[in-house]
Amino acid sequence: MASGSAPESLAQPAQRGGVFLSTNVIALGAILILAAVAPAVLSEYWLKAILIPTLIFGLAAFGLNMVTGYAGLISMGQAAFMAVGAFAAVIAYGRFGVPIPLALLCGGALSALIGVIVGTPSLRIKGLYLMVATLAAQFIIIWILQRVPWTGTGSFATLNTPPVRIASWNLDTTADRYYLVFSVVLLLTLFGYNLVTSRIGRAWMALRDHDIAASVMGISMLRYKLLAFLMAAFYAGVAGGLVVFCWTGAASVQEYELEISIEILGMIIIGGLGSVLGSYLGAVFILLLPILISFAMQQLTTLIGHSNVSAAVLANAEHIVFGVLVLYFLVKEPHGLARLWKRFASWLDAKRG
Amino acid sequence: MGDLIYAIELLTTGVFTGLMYSMVALGFVLIFKASSVFNYAQGAMTLFAALTVVGLMPHLGLAGSLLATVAVMCVMAVVAERIVFRPLMGASQLTIFMGTVGFASILEGAAQIVWGTKPQGLKLDIPVEPLKFGELLVSRQDLFAAAVAGVFVGALVWFFRNTRTGLALRAIADDPAAAQVVGIKLRRVWAIAWALAGAIAIAAGVLWGNRIGVHFAMSLIALKALPVLIIGGIDSVAGVIVAGMIVGAAEALGEGFIGTYIGGGVQDVMAYIVALLFLMFRPSGLFGQSTILRV
Amino acid sequence: MNQLEPRLEAVGPSRAWLAAALLAVSAAAPLAAIAQQYKGEIVFPMMVTRTGPFATAATGVSSAQQDYFTLLNMKGGVEGFKIVWEECEFEYKVPRALECYERHRGKWKIVYPNSTPVIFALADRVTKDEVLAINLAGGRADSTDGQTFPYLAPVVANFWAQATSTIRYIAQLEGGEGKLKGKKIAYIHLDNDYGRQPFPMFDQLAKQYGFEWKSWPLSWPALEQSAAWVEMARRYRADYVIGWLYGQSCAVPFTEIPKVGFPVEKYIGSLWCGTEDDVVAAGTRANGAITANYHSVGRNYPVIQELLEKVHKTGKGNLETERVGSSSYNRGIITAIVITEAMRNAIKTYGAPLDGKKMRDGYRMIKLDAARLKELGATGMMPELVFSEKYHGGMDAQVFQKWDGKQWTKISDWVRPYDDVVQAQIAESARTFREQTKAAATK
Repeated sequence: MASGSAPESLAQPAQRGGVFLSTNVIALGAILILAAVAPAVLSEYWLKAILIPTLIFGLAAFGLNMVTGYAGLISMGQAAFMAVGAFAAVIAYGRFGVPIPLALLCGGALSALIGVIVGTPSLRIKGLYLMVATLAAQFIIIWILQRVPWTGTGSFATLNTPPVRIASWNLDTTADRYYLVFSVVLLLTLFGYNLVTSRIGRAWMALRDHDIAASVMGISMLRYKLLAFLMAAFYAGVAGGLVVFCWTGAASVQEYELEISIEILGMIIIGGLGSVLGSYLGAVFILLLPILISFAMQQLTTLIGHSNVSAAVLANAEHIVFGVLVLYFLVKEPHGLARLWKRFASWLDAKRG
Repeated sequence: MGDLIYAIELLTTGVFTGLMYSMVALGFVLIFKASSVFNYAQGAMTLFAALTVVGLMPHLGLAGSLLATVAVMCVMAVVAERIVFRPLMGASQLTIFMGTVGFASILEGAAQIVWGTKPQGLKLDIPVEPLKFGELLVSRQDLFAAAVAGVFVGALVWFFRNTRTGLALRAIADDPAAAQVVGIKLRRVWAIAWALAGAIAIAAGVLWGNRIGVHFAMSLIALKALPVLIIGGIDSVAGVIVAGMIVGAAEALGEGFIGTYIGGGVQDVMAYIVALLFLMFRPSGLFGQSTILRV
Repeated sequence: MNQLEPRLEAVGPSRAWLAAALLAVSAAAPLAAIAQQYKGEIVFPMMVTRTGPFATAATGVSSAQQDYFTLLNMKGGVEGFKIVWEECEFEYKVPRALECYERHRGKWKIVYPNSTPVIFALADRVTKDEVLAINLAGGRADSTDGQTFPYLAPVVANFWAQATSTIRYIAQLEGGEGKLKGKKIAYIHLDNDYGRQPFPMFDQLAKQYGFEWKSWPLSWPALEQSAAWVEMARRYRADYVIGWLYGQSCAVPFTEIPKVGFPVEKYIGSLWCGTEDDVVAAGTRANGAITANYHSVGRNYPVIQELLEKVHKTGKGNLETERVGSSSYNRGIITAIVITEAMRNAIKTYGAPLDGKKMRDGYRMIKLDAARLKELGATGMMPELVFSEKYHGGMDAQVFQKWDGKQWTKISDWVRPYDDVVQAQIAESARTFREQTKAAATK
């Protein structure tokens, strides 16, 4: 069920001598370069409405992948962890003047702490039962954030972020915010990649696939399970902080409802469980698809002409198309888009090599 | 005395609400029993069923539209089996779960396209005035809903114990491979399970529609079914009823007695707090089999 | 256009030429007419919700606006400019709304999401981009202060005005503010920005007039209210219950009220439960329901009649004709009137092309007084609205209406808010906001 366990060798000398760069490497390089110059090339809309949220959710999805994809512990609480990070970050920065990088860490840390607490049932239950425990956590955390007055929401249940500034760098423009998101995501992704390809990642996968055997071999289930929850929550918390600083500019509880947890879960299932690439591919799929469908429907409307019945029908049709596509991809490749890419990349390598 | 009456009323209100949750949870139980899959689309199915009943009622009357909706839900069951289960057979539980999420999306979109987004009223002709037992008020609507729930549960329990298909379902839940060896046709049984779940969706949809009107947010009620499933035991039909009552009562009493001290709003999380407690101390629930999924 | 092309039958050559010549002239005429008809176009993006739980009422409001735009276009457009609208569906979800906003960036004239959470999320962006975001009878109550919130506006009765007006109405029912002393008012509401805004108003008025109030918060979707009603009616024994709900939760109280034996006439819903769609689901149980409203319902207004005649009878309506005159429809018309007045003012002052800032200035110049309302055919349907740089609207009265199973009927006069209390709160809240944003900016 897992994909992307061991890293592919980055460069192999081809039979004819010289270095053969695998398709994977080329693609990665291209993406990194594109991502670095994105603000110069892409319009505001693309950055603000597409790239930034995709990166942020990709980060959250990567976190979820660690606990659910690698360690096999199903968590339905990722959105709640994001919420914790968001509120912690905005309160740290807005009310206490904590500098942004530290505020992001605060958000992540608080979230991680709560993640560990939420993860404790995993020592006794698993599968569907664990899922429901995390579901309960999702509801309870959101409920607490909403009801407890010290969050400062009072009669306005949304916290707006004051103007974002790091030292003397005013993050006014979208490009600035994009670079902050990009650098944080890059950093954490590299860190996470190392993590999942290290002994810890292998221990997680042992837990997932052969948990009894693993514990017999001396792998402490307790430590690694809690670590998985900790990391997942940490990543979600940082993602939440990025939301308030670089995307919506406000912390609002209704943006972190159960629906979002399911969306993130959908991202890793469709993208590929146990795969770093899969987390981001899944984020692109889940976030971009409704927009693409919406655009397509918009074009359709202009073709058919303005008719209000069509408008409602088309809007609902978006749901149908989305569901159909989800099912299609699940059937086509139950192991996710990452596996699809892998197959494509190997095929290309074979062709080239 | 006033406080006691109040507590009893709260309790009865809660219990009746809980029975309504049980109705929805039954659908989940059925499908889980048959295929170990958590059917996220159950809420959407409930909405779809309710909309169909309401939509057909002006043309066919209540009885007629109920029958027609049963037919529709059977068709839907076959469709679901064909586009969700058959292609995904053998995939991991999580993947199939995601498949039901996709299916739910399709159902919701289709329901709103076919029947529109206007909220509909669904009126069963039950008088609105509550029954009075001395100072105590009990709603007739709630009693009716409770009766229906009871009938369904009774029928299902009998079905699982005494009919061949019921036994086949239990066999499949226990060990799908062995069941197939014995000659049980997996897909046919699954289709029946889905059809039954559809029938339950109709009943739940009609009862809830009578209570809150028929509209989109109905599919959210389905989420309340999860704590019910945990507390009752995810594969126990009888457990669902008891658990539903517990959840309902906990919600109401919690709201009434704890809520007043912390500013209210406790109702929504009570169910999950109780479920969490069960998960910590008795994960298999009240009546579930304790062999499943314990570490 | 096709109906203008005569069918060319086989005719003799000379007649064919004549036919061709006539055809050319007749085809050119409407083209020329269209070219002369409009000086240009105003592109007007609209955020809409056509799916999900709030779709029905929201659709009414959006499509009604489009009806009004169609009517104006038929009459030559706004100062000669044709309004061309573009819809963007955001499903009442904040992230989608943000994406919609970005998608049409640069084209926005006025942003009207009809969603309080979206207003909060967009507040920073619209201020930076200099585009006015309005939310009739919603959004931030303190955005009445146009100087502190230059790009937000509640347009009509803001939440604080609504809350105090409802209290005043209860006082009227009781026979005067003096009779409020010792009474118990239960407040059942959604636990979010919308439901919590009235809190400070109730606090102050309770202190002032000696009544007691208590909050029963419900998480969205708030469909399960049975326990709360048992509490409010049987234990707290409220004299009145004020409901601040939305969407499907509006219909639920009418199932619970008879169960607990509470008199339905003592339950007063907010104006956000005041459309037909909100009560229809409860069937006959909703008969006798009372809610507030900021406008009048029905077709008995010249502008509505004109819409029926010119737009719907010619088949150009944007929604089902039965919905014309309903509460959500009239709200859409009022919105469109405000928007097109702003357009008109902006064009007259600045000329085309329009942008967010010009529209905002045009909004501030709005003078929908009695005379102007008469011109537009909306007298009695909507309150008079006069805005300025300092006043973005929001201090309006409410009227109360009762549902009889088929329609809403007015049961009260216009009930003003307690202006002094509301103004004080606005000043206080705006001051806090300015301090917070200034403090953060100088950190």
